[in-house]
Amino acid sequence: MAKYIVKRIILAIVTIWAVATLTFFLMNLVPGGPFLSEKAISPQAQAALEAKYGLDKPMFQRYLNYVTSAAHGDFGDSLKQRGRTVMSIITMKFPVSARVGGLSVLVSLTLGIPLGCIAALKRGKVTDSVISVVATCGIAVPSFVICTVMMYFFGVKLGVLPTMGLETAKHYIMPVTALSFYPTAYIMRLMRSSMLDVLGQDYMRTARAKGLAGGKILFKHALRNAILPVVTYVGPMLAYTITGSFVVEKIFVIPGLGGEFIKAINGRDYTLIMGTTIFLATLVIVMNVIVDIIYKIVDPRIKLK
Amino acid sequence: MAEYLVDIKNERLSFFTPAGEVKALNDVSIQLKEGEVLGIVGESGSGKSVTAYSLMGLTAHPGKLLGGELHFNGHQIEKMTDKEMRKIRGNEISIIFQDPMTSLNPVYTIGNQITEVIKLHTDKDSKQAKARAKELLELVGINEPDKRLKQYPHELSGGMRQRVMIAIALACEPKLLIADEPTTALDVTIQAQILELMMELKDKLGMAIIMITHDLGVVASMCERIAVMYAGRIVEYGTTDDIFYHPKHQYTKGLIRSIPRLDTKEHERLIPIEGTPVDLLNPPEGCPFAPRCDAAMKICLREMPPVSAFGDVHYTQCWLNQKEEFEKGASHE
Repeated sequence: MAKYIVKRIILAIVTIWAVATLTFFLMNLVPGGPFLSEKAISPQAQAALEAKYGLDKPMFQRYLNYVTSAAHGDFGDSLKQRGRTVMSIITMKFPVSARVGGLSVLVSLTLGIPLGCIAALKRGKVTDSVISVVATCGIAVPSFVICTVMMYFFGVKLGVLPTMGLETAKHYIMPVTALSFYPTAYIMRLMRSSMLDVLGQDYMRTARAKGLAGGKILFKHALRNAILPVVTYVGPMLAYTITGSFVVEKIFVIPGLGGEFIKAINGRDYTLIMGTTIFLATLVIVMNVIVDIIYKIVDPRIKLK
Repeated sequence: MAEYLVDIKNERLSFFTPAGEVKALNDVSIQLKEGEVLGIVGESGSGKSVTAYSLMGLTAHPGKLLGGELHFNGHQIEKMTDKEMRKIRGNEISIIFQDPMTSLNPVYTIGNQITEVIKLHTDKDSKQAKARAKELLELVGINEPDKRLKQYPHELSGGMRQRVMIAIALACEPKLLIADEPTTALDVTIQAQILELMMELKDKLGMAIIMITHDLGVVASMCERIAVMYAGRIVEYGTTDDIFYHPKHQYTKGLIRSIPRLDTKEHERLIPIEGTPVDLLNPPEGCPFAPRCDAAMKICLREMPPVSAFGDVHYTQCWLNQKEEFEKGASHE
């Protein structure tokens, strides 16, 4: 186990370096720059700004500088939001996105897993068809449609839910619902198909032949075997969801990391782009390691090497 | 009533599939006394397993019991609710399945899977159940039981897993053990060991066994009585001697002809039964075996033969025996 974790940490460092390198060069290949959009800026002022942030140096030199300081934990200052470091922006915005995202993952799991099980148990019956149709819709309908439809009905027509910001618990309802739609539907489908597979296994027949009751068979013998694909999906999904959705944050005016990331790209805020990308990559890698460890706990046949 | 441990009378069971009704069991009757071993032989799809599963109330969807009575140890199985059945399953009737590789849950330890059934049917606590599980593993001939209890199924060989399955089946000292082709998935040396173990345990614990197999060698060495099944019917039923030395049904005769014998000459060919099993979706009107029978008569294709009995336990359903009786009757007059 210790050997495995050491190996994963080394691999993680290599992966993050590769992601950072790729992002750095791709980002610099895109035309434009952080200070082009500013009004009434003289060429001298622009040159001074570029010199201050080291943007006048050749690309490879800048890359080396960035990697060296990033390796020391310094992700630099934001180019657009003067006087603020990349780290301070991430630590300020991430908790907001994480609250909304975390809640929506929780909602997707608590709805998706039982509904998927029910669909599998009632295979071919009306319940199964209804759940399957809802799941297909959930996967097919994009989140901005769900957001606007909800806003129209609950925010404008009925006026029961606030449409922007995150001040009270009520504010969370619509964004969380919108964000959980897709993952709930996806988990439901995963759960249904893996549960159907497990229900046909010989050891389920053994469990029945032992005289166990239906609930015990389902929760002890079926669920643990059927949940593996869901675990695989939820790990990376959690990483993406808690870092914020641009669409949902934009529509509901939530000051989260997702919106910040897109703003950084549009404004060519190079350091912020790098910072958020590395942050997301790290999170995904950490989630994958956690998934592997959970896998090992759920299914003893899996060996971590 | 109490005379027999198992008394199945005229059981009829069908599977209602989208393609139509599959008549899996037609008028199946089986009697078995305590401590007896009954072999059910027949080819795939002849209804061997379905008979046994229905006795445990484990008929799979879309199967439905249409008629008949199933008595077991004073219970009337077909009238019991699932909740009542659960008290019998794994307790009074146990089953060993064909494939030990897939019959154990891969994510739980052997110990967990054995103690589960003990805790369910007895009021032993965890510690006592564990002690019993260890005892059971010793009983089925598994070495280092303490270590095995903590292992997972994938860490054991096929033969060992089947021993564990037997341990689970015997955990509550059942009156009846159903063995559904327990050795089919194992290699020959392990097969012999497992059969030997089953017979040994039968003598030790005094349970009855229903042995489902398509291996006539297995039934010959183990069983006191044999039921030969074909197309969801018991075509011949009798003691092992009756079946092997005085077979009365053409199908039984065919089966016995198709076993290799020690005295077979070197280049002599085995005689197989020609043709394929009947389609139970559209069973023929007369005897189901008639299309493959080399002694079939006109009446065989038209009408189902009645039961002809030879002594107390040996009976068969074949027109040829009726013919013999007719002739016998005619010559007496």
